[in-house]
Amino acid sequence: MKVAIRDIRKYFGQVKANDGISLVLEPGQIYGLLGENGAGKSTLMKILSGYHQPDSGQIELDDKDVKFSSPAEALANGVGMIYQDPLDVPSMRAVENYLLGRDSRINLAYSGATSEMIENASQLGFEIDPQAFIDTLSIGERQQLELLRLLALGAEVLILDEPTTGISADQKEGLFTSIRKLAKESGKTVILVSHKLSEVQELCDHVLVLCKGKFVGAVDIPCSTERLVQLMFKEIPPRSSRVSYIREQNLLELSQVEFEGERLTVTEINLNVRAGEVFGLAGLEGSGQKLLLQACAGLIQPKRGKIILDREDVTRFSYHQMRAASVAYLPAGRLEEGLVAGLSLTEHMALARPQQGFVVDWNYFQRETQSQIDKYQIVGRPETLVHELSGGNQQRALFALLRSPLKLLLLEHPTRGLDVLSAQWIWQLLVNRVEEGGSILFYSADLDELVERSDRIAAFSGGMMSRIVTATETTADEIGHLIGGEQ
Amino acid sequence: MSLGRIARHLWPTVPVLIALVITGLLLVVFGVSPQVGFGAMLQGAFGDPSRVLSVAAFWVPIALASVGLVVTFTAGLWNIGVEGQIVIGAIAASWVALKFNFPGPMQITFEILAAMFAGAIWAGVTAILKTRGKVHEIFGGLALNNLAIIFTNYLISGPWQPPEGGTFRGTVPFPAKALLPLYGDSRLSPISVVMLIAAVVVVFLLLRGSYWGLKLKALGKNPSSAFLLGVSSERETILALMFCGALAGLAGAVRVTSWFDSLRQSISGGIGYLALLVVMLSAFRVLLIPFIAFFFSAVLNGSITLQLRTQLHSSLGGILTGVLVLMVLLFGELRQLKRFDERRVGSRPDE
Amino acid sequence: MSDSELVRILSSIVLQSTPLAIAVCGETITERAGVVNLSLDGTMLLSAMVGFVAGLLSESVWVGFLAAAGVGALFAFIIAFGSIRLRKDQFAVGFVLTLLGDELSAFLGQNYTRIPGQKVSHLGIPLLKDIPILGPIFFDHDPVVYFAFILVGITWWWMFRTQHGLRLRSAGERPEAGFVRGINVNRLRYIYTLVGGSLVGIAGAAYSLDIKLGWSEGHTRGLGWIALAIVIFGGWSPIRGAFGALLFGASKALAAALQRSFPEESVVVFNATPWVLMIAVLLLVGSDATDRLIVLAPRRFQSRLRQLLRVRPPGALGTLFIPGESGGE
Repeated sequence: MKVAIRDIRKYFGQVKANDGISLVLEPGQIYGLLGENGAGKSTLMKILSGYHQPDSGQIELDDKDVKFSSPAEALANGVGMIYQDPLDVPSMRAVENYLLGRDSRINLAYSGATSEMIENASQLGFEIDPQAFIDTLSIGERQQLELLRLLALGAEVLILDEPTTGISADQKEGLFTSIRKLAKESGKTVILVSHKLSEVQELCDHVLVLCKGKFVGAVDIPCSTERLVQLMFKEIPPRSSRVSYIREQNLLELSQVEFEGERLTVTEINLNVRAGEVFGLAGLEGSGQKLLLQACAGLIQPKRGKIILDREDVTRFSYHQMRAASVAYLPAGRLEEGLVAGLSLTEHMALARPQQGFVVDWNYFQRETQSQIDKYQIVGRPETLVHELSGGNQQRALFALLRSPLKLLLLEHPTRGLDVLSAQWIWQLLVNRVEEGGSILFYSADLDELVERSDRIAAFSGGMMSRIVTATETTADEIGHLIGGEQ
Repeated sequence: MSLGRIARHLWPTVPVLIALVITGLLLVVFGVSPQVGFGAMLQGAFGDPSRVLSVAAFWVPIALASVGLVVTFTAGLWNIGVEGQIVIGAIAASWVALKFNFPGPMQITFEILAAMFAGAIWAGVTAILKTRGKVHEIFGGLALNNLAIIFTNYLISGPWQPPEGGTFRGTVPFPAKALLPLYGDSRLSPISVVMLIAAVVVVFLLLRGSYWGLKLKALGKNPSSAFLLGVSSERETILALMFCGALAGLAGAVRVTSWFDSLRQSISGGIGYLALLVVMLSAFRVLLIPFIAFFFSAVLNGSITLQLRTQLHSSLGGILTGVLVLMVLLFGELRQLKRFDERRVGSRPDE
Repeated sequence: MSDSELVRILSSIVLQSTPLAIAVCGETITERAGVVNLSLDGTMLLSAMVGFVAGLLSESVWVGFLAAAGVGALFAFIIAFGSIRLRKDQFAVGFVLTLLGDELSAFLGQNYTRIPGQKVSHLGIPLLKDIPILGPIFFDHDPVVYFAFILVGITWWWMFRTQHGLRLRSAGERPEAGFVRGINVNRLRYIYTLVGGSLVGIAGAAYSLDIKLGWSEGHTRGLGWIALAIVIFGGWSPIRGAFGALLFGASKALAAALQRSFPEESVVVFNATPWVLMIAVLLLVGSDATDRLIVLAPRRFQSRLRQLLRVRPPGALGTLFIPGESGGE
């Protein structure tokens, strides 16, 4: 099926997720969709698969205009998407997920479905256990299941979102074989959203690159990695010379640290951050950076290894103990994790500062909040409820709540949602802290920010940390490779 | 004034009107004219000074329990167990009244302290069941409510039965000095009113001006963010419940030493559940509670007179208040009862 | 105690547990769809009264049951509407309805207290009831009891063996997954909440028309709350829920038997039993006890056991589902 995307635009508030994208995709071809975090890949694919509706623009399937108001409608028209976290029901079996919503017949044709599943799977080159419960399957297996389901329902266009995360090398080979078969033998149009450059080169026929909501280029494979990286990451301006505040002693030492998240095990982390240093973590969402920060914050207990903060063993410290040890953690989900919707800025300030006695001195906190509002240029008043602030201002509010002095600052996406000037100015404040001897460990999706602000950088991919590079000596190329999983 | 503005100003009265209309309809269906019916209720509540005092005497325990509930609701807890906390407080006060003989005002003082202590402990059990046992406080509270009532019945028909034999009505009456001094011929204890005012002030200040109140508020709105800001969910849950339990226990003590003169089968008779309604209607505003509680007390007392005069069951009062709260819940703008836990399709951030 | 007496007790347990089993089944359906109907106690009180009075006035128990089901459906509708359409707190609305149901039942039923009314007539199943031991226990009752058997069976079949059951479970477990497959989650929630509520209504009438005949204030008080607890104990499965109901029935019978032997103190035990049991089963379910027990079993059985003893609530229970887009980042 031929897919034509014409001038699709999608805005989320101020953010231009898709800013006039036009593409043509031919049947029987495998396309790789590349781009940094926030480039707009997911949004575009969600529009194509019926999850979102575009603000303007057209989609044509086989030269016919189509409009989908739901994913089910899109699938009925032949477009199916497999998510990185597949939308399945964890407490049900594979065969039940396969059959869910398929038809309106009362009785479930279990045996029919089971043999269908097994046969189709083997044709595509992998094995599944229809009786297995979804919550016992790996992400890779769940993706395979979704693939089977979509194909059985007549998908002609298949969108796969990061399909090779969390599957073994063998499974990956099998998956690639299936995809090639689907495209070449069955004429499906396959779109692979990925950040793993080597895999894209291995599997795809063509590569489409998005950057900041726009379509910036297409190349045919074979193509050099350098060319891909160039398209994806543009040229990073050389770092402006700036003073380094790095001091001699190590503030934070992680040795052979291993910890487990819900879906990912992060192993063999060896990392030293010196006092006055800014250490940046690069990598795709869900590769382990967040887990590392949470482990350093005391929210996750490491399974192995040691964490030393300022010569003190803090491996077993709880979150509250780390907080008392002058470690601050600013999570990415502002309203979900960091701020309390329904409470005002002043109330947050009162909670964030060390407790003084029993009674809250509201007058003091009102003034304190106002001065922080001025300092951080938050658009709001002390009595404004935080959920009424814009995203950018919420970010600033999170910063305003930080205590002084701090030994270690753990930041997730520190300037997400902020315009360039505000980001600049937040970093100025952060640099002040670094000047005073504090350290910063942060992760960001913005490569420019990572290179510009960090002293050293490491990348995460699939739970493994890459080698560490010095920001002044690295290039976009190198970091791109590191993110892509190479060493 | 535009129609829209008029509507918005009048909107808060709509639930009241609906409640009155439905109550009126029920009266008519049962053969009583609304005039007579509502008239009886009004008379019953405000007909003469002695009735007003009766309403006031009934009002104090409700208001006390409601004030305590604001604290637990602020922390996001459903303290259905408040009923049992009232009962256990009454039991504790009765125990001191029957078993101890302290000089002068110390007698009453110890009864009250025992009641508050017992109420706090009873609530504490619910809290531990929740924090350690993962038993939702609704079930823990309910079970403990019933156990408290069963305990009461056991005491009434057994160890504390009156000398003429168990009548299942109440225990042996307390000696006069164990009772709260009453105002005139009424059952209103002025001291209890003072305690109520103190409770209102304390809770108001606590929630507005203390760190603890702020922590509870954060906990109730977003436990995970609150945690990151340093609020310990377990600790605050237990403290909040115990605090409410103490005030509920106090309400029980007031009931058993002023409204009654002994421990009775229906020593609380649903005051706890009523208090929950009062708080829902007040949208958790402490200063409104005494007034709403008074209104509820008036309605309920009035409906007893209604029963006496028209033979209609006094639950009509409960229907009126229940419908009122239901209408306000459904159609009012109670933002505090809106949840921030909606699940939206595609709510995870894009990559 | 003789054999026949034991059989008689067991038979009585089955009979006494019937209303609870029906209510548990109904609420299990509702909660599997993702909605919590907290008003059960009030619903059962009102429906017990309405069922009795309707039966009395129409001289037909079946009209009584129908009216009772209507009451249950009405309360369930208010909760569903308030939650899905008006987006208000499910618990708050449910709780107020609990109290209202109680008051309404007392008021509307005031002229019908303690008078004799209709009773479901006995209907032993020929042949089956003569099977030794099992016969009298299960097959020598009345249609309401048989209805409960069939209900539990059909509910289980519907929930776990049909397409519709898959959709029902997806609505409560992960509505997004249902949405992406074209399922109208909120419509399903409405429907199943109404179905569950009707069953709860029938359960209330089952009490006043079959078990504890007649009507008086507070007739079924407490049953609704126990039903809610049993739904949790039963792991949101109709068959396990039915076992839970039988368990509670048995505990009552046991306490009653004790009462005969030790009349003095055991009134307390008799009354306290259901509540202590409620806490006990919820503690059991909330803790790691089941998981630790499963690990002790031989490997082969572990996955089966885990499925049998599952106590995870439906993943999206009590949450709102809003189909449609939201902002990405």
